[in-house]
Amino acid sequence: MSGRRSGSGVSSISDDQITHLVFKLQQLIPELCARRSHKASASKVLQETCDYIRNLHKEVEDLSDRLSQLLASIDTDNDQAAIVRSLLM
Amino acid sequence: MDSQHLNPSSLKSRFTARFLRALIKINAQKPISSSSPRDIFQRYRRIKVAADKSMAYSVRSRRTWSRATLWKLRSRSRRRLASSGRRLSIKTRTTTTTTTTTTSTNHRAAIVEKTSHEKENKEDHVGLAVQAEELRELVPGGESMDLCNLLDETAHYIKCLTTQVQVMKKIANLYSLE
Repeated sequence: MSGRRSGSGVSSISDDQITHLVFKLQQLIPELCARRSHKASASKVLQETCDYIRNLHKEVEDLSDRLSQLLASIDTDNDQAAIVRSLLM
Repeated sequence: MDSQHLNPSSLKSRFTARFLRALIKINAQKPISSSSPRDIFQRYRRIKVAADKSMAYSVRSRRTWSRATLWKLRSRSRRRLASSGRRLSIKTRTTTTTTTTTTSTNHRAAIVEKTSHEKENKEDHVGLAVQAEELRELVPGGESMDLCNLLDETAHYIKCLTTQVQVMKKIANLYSLE
């Protein structure tokens, strides 16, 4: 399947390398994680990756929004921050 | 791995500590009584930037995407300082940006050309080169990476983004309980 490319002076990225990286990516995406046994097509993985990253960006924005409103309603002092830190760590 | 106790030098703890410090600072900057929509929006912007910055700093320059994020944030704040009348020369940086853009455009064209020349049935790879464009726009610094690095950086970027979201969610939940 993966034939050797004739040396053309251009750096050749081996197909196996790409397939492996794409598979690694597949395992990170919840949508495709279930299909661990067989590989999804590379273009599907890339498509899902883009969607997933966009989702994550949106989540960060929503959480920042939520935090900005929460900060407005409470008076954070150092004690509270210490409590939060100890709860998280 | 014990999920209850975080390794103090893990990415998660580094990010959490940094982000919390930033939140405290942001909170201290403006009196809380003023919660006009504009203030809230400004706070939102600051929090979002602080989150991205905290994550990028926690990764340092070990990754292309974190370097790109930090560079972007620094040049943005430099521009803001320059426009407010301070004397700062950022001419050299601007030149670098132009060069990178030109290189990446050529690089992109080279990739598409290379893959379209393949006579073998490399349907997957032609599709990849085109689809990778979308990915390049989403991952910081993606424009100037080759496909291999892009995929590798993307995997790390996703891991960090999910950590970021996880921690932000926890903090938001904790604060909303107060």
